[in-house]
Amino acid sequence: MQALCSVGKRIPKIDAVDKATGRAQYIQDLKLPGMLYGKILYSKYPHARIVHIDTSRAKQLPGVRAVLTGADIPEIKMGVYKDNRPLKVGKVRSYRDEVAAVAATAPHIAREALNLVEVTYEALPGIFDPEQAMQAGAPLVHEEHKTNVLKMPWKLHYGDVEAARKEAAFIVADRFTTTWVTHCCMGTSGAIAEFDPANNLTVYSNTQIPSLAQKDFLEALKAMGVQDRRVRVIKPCIGGGFGSKLDTYAYEYIAILLAYHTRRPVKVEFDRTEEFSATSTRQPTITYISQGCDKDGKLLFRDVSMILDNGAYTSWGATTPSVMMMPITSLYRVPNVRYEAKCVYTNNTYAQAMRGYGNPQATYAIESTMDMLAEAAGIDPIEFRRINANKAGDVSIQGLRITTCGLEECMAVVKDQLAWDRPKEANEGVGMASLIHVGGGARVYKSDGCGTIIKMDDFGKVDLFTGATDMGQGSDTVIAQIVAEELGLHIEDVHVIHTDTDVCPWDVGAHASRTTFVAGNAALGAAKKIKARLLELGAKQLESPLEKLILQDRQIRHREDAEKRIEIGKLLRKTHFSHAGQMLMAEYFYDPTNENMGRDFRGNMSMTYTFGTHGVRVKVDDETGKVRILNYVAAHDVGKAINPMLLEGQVYGGVMMGIGYALSEQVILEKGENMNPNFRDYKILTAKDVVPIAAPVLETYDKDGPFGAKGIGEPGCVPTAPAVANAIYDAVGVRIKDLPVTPERVLAAIRAKKGLDLCGRELSQDHPDECVIQQ
Amino acid sequence: MAREVSFVFNGNPMKMTVGDHWTLLHLIREELGYLGTKEGCGSGECGACTVIVDGEAVNSCLFLAAEIDGRELLTIEGLAVGDGTLHPLQKAFIENGGIQCGFCSPGMIMAGKALLDENPNATEEEIKEAIAGNLCRCTGYVQIIESIKSVSGHQTEEPRVIAWKTEENDRDA
Repeated sequence: MQALCSVGKRIPKIDAVDKATGRAQYIQDLKLPGMLYGKILYSKYPHARIVHIDTSRAKQLPGVRAVLTGADIPEIKMGVYKDNRPLKVGKVRSYRDEVAAVAATAPHIAREALNLVEVTYEALPGIFDPEQAMQAGAPLVHEEHKTNVLKMPWKLHYGDVEAARKEAAFIVADRFTTTWVTHCCMGTSGAIAEFDPANNLTVYSNTQIPSLAQKDFLEALKAMGVQDRRVRVIKPCIGGGFGSKLDTYAYEYIAILLAYHTRRPVKVEFDRTEEFSATSTRQPTITYISQGCDKDGKLLFRDVSMILDNGAYTSWGATTPSVMMMPITSLYRVPNVRYEAKCVYTNNTYAQAMRGYGNPQATYAIESTMDMLAEAAGIDPIEFRRINANKAGDVSIQGLRITTCGLEECMAVVKDQLAWDRPKEANEGVGMASLIHVGGGARVYKSDGCGTIIKMDDFGKVDLFTGATDMGQGSDTVIAQIVAEELGLHIEDVHVIHTDTDVCPWDVGAHASRTTFVAGNAALGAAKKIKARLLELGAKQLESPLEKLILQDRQIRHREDAEKRIEIGKLLRKTHFSHAGQMLMAEYFYDPTNENMGRDFRGNMSMTYTFGTHGVRVKVDDETGKVRILNYVAAHDVGKAINPMLLEGQVYGGVMMGIGYALSEQVILEKGENMNPNFRDYKILTAKDVVPIAAPVLETYDKDGPFGAKGIGEPGCVPTAPAVANAIYDAVGVRIKDLPVTPERVLAAIRAKKGLDLCGRELSQDHPDECVIQQ
Repeated sequence: MAREVSFVFNGNPMKMTVGDHWTLLHLIREELGYLGTKEGCGSGECGACTVIVDGEAVNSCLFLAAEIDGRELLTIEGLAVGDGTLHPLQKAFIENGGIQCGFCSPGMIMAGKALLDENPNATEEEIKEAIAGNLCRCTGYVQIIESIKSVSGHQTEEPRVIAWKTEENDRDA
């Protein structure tokens, strides 16, 4: 075996120099000649009929080039359920509904013009609670659907849960809720649209799905009556993704429509308030869960029923139950599983994909009740999990094929590094939670593929065109490492181009922690083709048998004869500049053989699964309810760490996002209105909140992964909340079942346990309920 | 209304007319055309627009452009020396994984520089304090703090667990 030179190394991100020097260009930094600025007018009501819109005054403002309303545009349908339009017609269904849009020569003129658009509304009763929205007679968000419950059949039953329930020695059942949280990308959303004279469209957008966006925009052109034209999507540097850019949004279509109407490039760029109030959130969930085990602690069943607040429109958030199924059916060995999820329209903001894609919500309920069940059965929580741990070679009841599995090792290392059994001070506790996540692609779309093109130049350098999207996670670096390794080149010899659909092949998008695995395999496939050609040419040149040659340090070398070697660049030039010359190029499209879920939702959706265990030590202040994290260990089975430094970055970042989810983050909606659209009131963690995190990595070497790797983009934030909640229970004996676990909630629970209200008074006393926490 | 200001921009003397209502961020990005300084919120909450004025880290989105008169302004573009050699902090961010999406990086690096110029032996706690106003959503700050710490004179050797492997799988492809 040849020792690895690039793979497995702590190589800095290849775009880091540009980013450290301020050269990197984001959508905020792009300006096209003659560009206009688009601004959007949002609804003043959460639910209302649009009676009349008068744009005449706005249109007369000097500098305004176009004012559009829903009446001015064709029927462009957006979203997975096609229930949304770029500019609303007839009625608005949430505060973030786009009512009108303006293009002007300067941002402040566009903003001023919005103030001149006069909209007459007729308010309608709103519905903001998904459980109420399911009841008969509730106001309908979309009348044509006749019900607020989406017709999405998220329902499975494997085995016989009722029979297992009768056999169970121990059963726990409870209700858990999670609320809206949002991505908080540091770079806000934005797009520039430009038409050429023949109506070919170029869109600059910080999207995670360039290929699917291209298709969406082509459909929009079709709706606009622009047939048979080209769409080019260019990605500038992306200032953070985390799932927020997995769909196409009204602002992108609005930029397109304004550009079409003005025949000028138009940019729509969100300010921070818009970023908070007009981008999508993680799905809030209400989860009813019960789990049971036999007297020895073996899980017998898991029964989960869930209600998701879809908001007013449907984006990919409504399909998160497809991913929730994975932990529900397959985190630990469970022989009988039932799951049902209802996505319900409300007049709240609509939800989308966010790091973990439903898995954090589901794992919160599962891992909280795992601890509860362990306690009921009188078994140590780690031992209880070990008894039920997945193992390599398992096929889960949903049909997930577990090829490699380091779950037990992860638990053991967490136990060790957290010093689990160490004597604890008063109000100190430890908690643990594990995770399963797709680690080898996720077949949620018809294709899970990614293409790569490699072009060798005359100097031994590679231009690599990939469909993958780097939004900061470092996929371009990982891909370069894989290709450099395979071709015996240095990392700086590989130039990764991932920014332009005109030159980059198709990819389904940067989601599901799939890029290292899928785009990595695509790059590896193309590199293997180039390698084969290089070896062939080298064998001829060096007059040596091909199998004796290796690619190393920019040369083709004979394994045994040090004299026999040639620079790869020189070989390429010889091949090019000769009679009937050739240049080396290769393409490879990798589509994993994972399966779409069948009618009963069975199917091996990923080629491999990433496992991990998080453990946390907390100290709870029982006077204030404040939770302090003393130590955090996040262990993951990653197959192979292609770049340990970037991998740790994913874990640290994920854990800190997860701790925010657990303890501090919430979008506060008051009858659908965002009450905290700024960083003062929406609490993401700061540097002062950093906790000591260890991120041990287990390498199980997955046979299907590039150099054995599995995906690790999302797992960092998946089991964080239940690990914290379990630790709080261990510390002070209260179980918090609603996220975020605010000090108020902890304090209320501590006091309730003592028979006191939040203010510390006896519950029996007759006093008004000013001490009740508003949920 | 406008007024004339003189200041030193990344080491070069400048004289120009600025609008009374301009922010320093507007001056840097829109008028001077230096785009390394980012706007993350426009209201002093995120620190992405951090620049150094007379040695002090400031949110340029809250700083009136007119007040730059007679002062020295340093932006991320002025950090590397003329031949392109990066500042030690830039190198440290690159080499320690302190950069992911990169949107917060210029502001983060400038905040780190202002701290270390003032206090070359900053401790981890002092580093956390100095960048508490600079938000980052990607890194969880861990590698950012490590980056700044690696340049600070106050270095502590704390071994970190990097990886452990199962024996049977301890192989290279």
